[in-house]
Amino acid sequence: MTAEHPSQDHLISVLVRDEPRVLTRITELFGRRGYNIKSLSVGATEAPGVSRMTFVVGGSKGIVEQAIRQVEKLHDIIKVIDHGLEKFVDRELVLVKVRITPETRVEVRQIAEDFRARIVDVGRHALTFEATGDEGKITAFIEQMRPFGIIETMRTGRVALTRGSNADIPSHVYHDGQTQALEPQAREQQAREVGNLF
Amino acid sequence: MTGFNGARALWATLAAHGVGTVFGYPGGAIMPVYDALTFHPEVRHILARHEQGAIHAAEGWAKATGQLGVVLATSGPGATNLVTGLADAMMDSIPLLAITGNVAQHLIGTDAFQEADITGITLPVTKHNYVVRSADALPGIIAEAIFIARSGRPGPVLVDIPKDVQLAAFGGMIPDPHARPAPLAPRADAVERALEVLRAARKPVLMVGGGSQDASADITALARAWQIPTITTLMGLGAFPASDPLWLGMPGMHGSVAANRAISEADVLLGIGLRFDDRVTGRVNGFAPNARIIHVDIDAAEIGKIVTAHLPVRGDAALTARALMDGATPLLSHEWRAQIEDWKGRNTPPRAWGAAYGVKAITDRLAPDDILSTDVGQHQMLAAQLARFEKPRRWLTSGGLGTMGFGFPAAIGAALTQPDVRSVVIAGDGGFQMTAQEFATLTKYDVRNVKIAIINNSFLGMVRQWQELFHERRYSEVYLGDSNPDFLKLADAYGIRGYRASNADELPGAIDAWLADPRSSLLEVVVPNEHGVFPMVPAGAALHEMIETEPQRQQEGATK
Repeated sequence: MTAEHPSQDHLISVLVRDEPRVLTRITELFGRRGYNIKSLSVGATEAPGVSRMTFVVGGSKGIVEQAIRQVEKLHDIIKVIDHGLEKFVDRELVLVKVRITPETRVEVRQIAEDFRARIVDVGRHALTFEATGDEGKITAFIEQMRPFGIIETMRTGRVALTRGSNADIPSHVYHDGQTQALEPQAREQQAREVGNLF
Repeated sequence: MTGFNGARALWATLAAHGVGTVFGYPGGAIMPVYDALTFHPEVRHILARHEQGAIHAAEGWAKATGQLGVVLATSGPGATNLVTGLADAMMDSIPLLAITGNVAQHLIGTDAFQEADITGITLPVTKHNYVVRSADALPGIIAEAIFIARSGRPGPVLVDIPKDVQLAAFGGMIPDPHARPAPLAPRADAVERALEVLRAARKPVLMVGGGSQDASADITALARAWQIPTITTLMGLGAFPASDPLWLGMPGMHGSVAANRAISEADVLLGIGLRFDDRVTGRVNGFAPNARIIHVDIDAAEIGKIVTAHLPVRGDAALTARALMDGATPLLSHEWRAQIEDWKGRNTPPRAWGAAYGVKAITDRLAPDDILSTDVGQHQMLAAQLARFEKPRRWLTSGGLGTMGFGFPAAIGAALTQPDVRSVVIAGDGGFQMTAQEFATLTKYDVRNVKIAIINNSFLGMVRQWQELFHERRYSEVYLGDSNPDFLKLADAYGIRGYRASNADELPGAIDAWLADPRSSLLEVVVPNEHGVFPMVPAGAALHEMIETEPQRQQEGATK
């Protein structure tokens, strides 16, 4: 089943109990099966004791489906959301330190303004910008800055949320959803215990 | 007298959950728990001679009963000696609770004496694991761990308890056991589609795995109602009675001709409680090439993992089998029956004297209630091919991990569950020596119902068979005959009587004496070393590319 589908990036969010080693459990699981994690962001959620992670994982559709099902089995996992199955909003934040000279200063600032990037640090030979946006915008911004001389960058990796407009659609639906009943009831039970999330 | 501390709370919790027997081995970081044991006679502790023996015994206990097995070990080396057993239990879905001591919390992470990051080490081979941070939290964690180990697809859970937590005063509550979740019923629309596919089947095959052991009655009824020829995988042996004419044997690498041919020809393959191990499927894209596959499993992650299921059904094996009884009418066509019968006639009978002969003589003497455990290798595959199981939970073998040294301690664990049931081990001379020290456990507790048979061919037989077939007979480091112990003397050293047979004439008498011995006893069957196990599907080949009988052997140079 692996050869049929081309490799592509998959955006997955995981709600987890905020316990030690939870991140290790998930990354170990991905790593063991040879799935490379391209980006990863972790942060607290609105519910106490619940963290949210967003993974970008490369691989075929089948491989990622398998990864999701394996992750869903882990005890500390409350919910896994495959954003490929629904509409979502995603953002990434980047810090870019760009070399400037008296000649380029104005142009660099102008480009940054076009990307709605903010200056967060001003040096004699460098400006540091903060930009947020989807992956494409961030990449485009970095590419625009590259000719001036990028000293260093740090990207956070993508974060994502399901759009409110279709939040009621079950997050975990198979490609042949008709015959599948894999929304694990136990997880919902757990979610209720953790903080009435769903 | 000890105050009521974390260690006492542990025993009280285990007792409250109905744990009556624990296997283990003491050490520095678990001493408070062993100290507290003296105040809790309601729990029986079985002292093994190695942590690996203890955990395989706990696995044997669990496999024979379906109940939770419990094993106790100290920190560091004690804990790491459990890793093989944990991986084994993970692969074969055995409900197991492993409790390890650890150094005091302030020493964790400092490379303290006998410290190991056991929760980190066992992350990939446990269903879940915990470090307990306070005595008061301990009973709740144990309750949750037991729940996880037994629910859904069972598996091992490890609870690591630092020494200071064991010693801390306990002021909490001992919780009642969690109720087990109701078995997951399959979705009605999935069942309906499965029934449609079944009704249209012309050459159906039912394939039953280890997840079906407790669904045996329903699965047997299902197979008989639809008249579907039925295959039991290595882990599923006993889930369908071998005496039923519908039974085709075991599939896969050393499966029967009938089972493998039937899979290759089938137009519908209904798999229940199995995970399509590579030893079962052979080359995946050659597996059941003509079949619509209906895959029933409790574990969503198993569906589509290896073999693409045309019709996935997530649900409890027994409930799904019952649901699939709806409107059952016999499917078995005359042509399919004739084809199956032809294949069934093609199994080669055991040759004159050899490992197969010995294994057959032993398995022929088994009663339906006898438990049979094995190690891993040629004797295991021969036992799986030749034994005839009528009941579930009578067959204990390390299927997924293929763990040498599993059989003997597992048989001890099983023997302790039912003292009036015979617990027979068939082992090889290689694997047996990995846990041979557990003779001491038999003696210490005067366990009388373990019957050990060593099929001694002086080789690591299965490796040797592969070297013969695929490495041009370069028998690299597989000869044991020059250094094997005298197994009878070894048994005698522990006070266990032994019997030996070196040819077909001696065997019946030796088996009689071995089984008639009122105590646990050993039978050594000395066999020639050159025999292989056939049929065989070479690794990477498809099932229909099976080698049905042993290739013609060259006359010279076939021994050491």
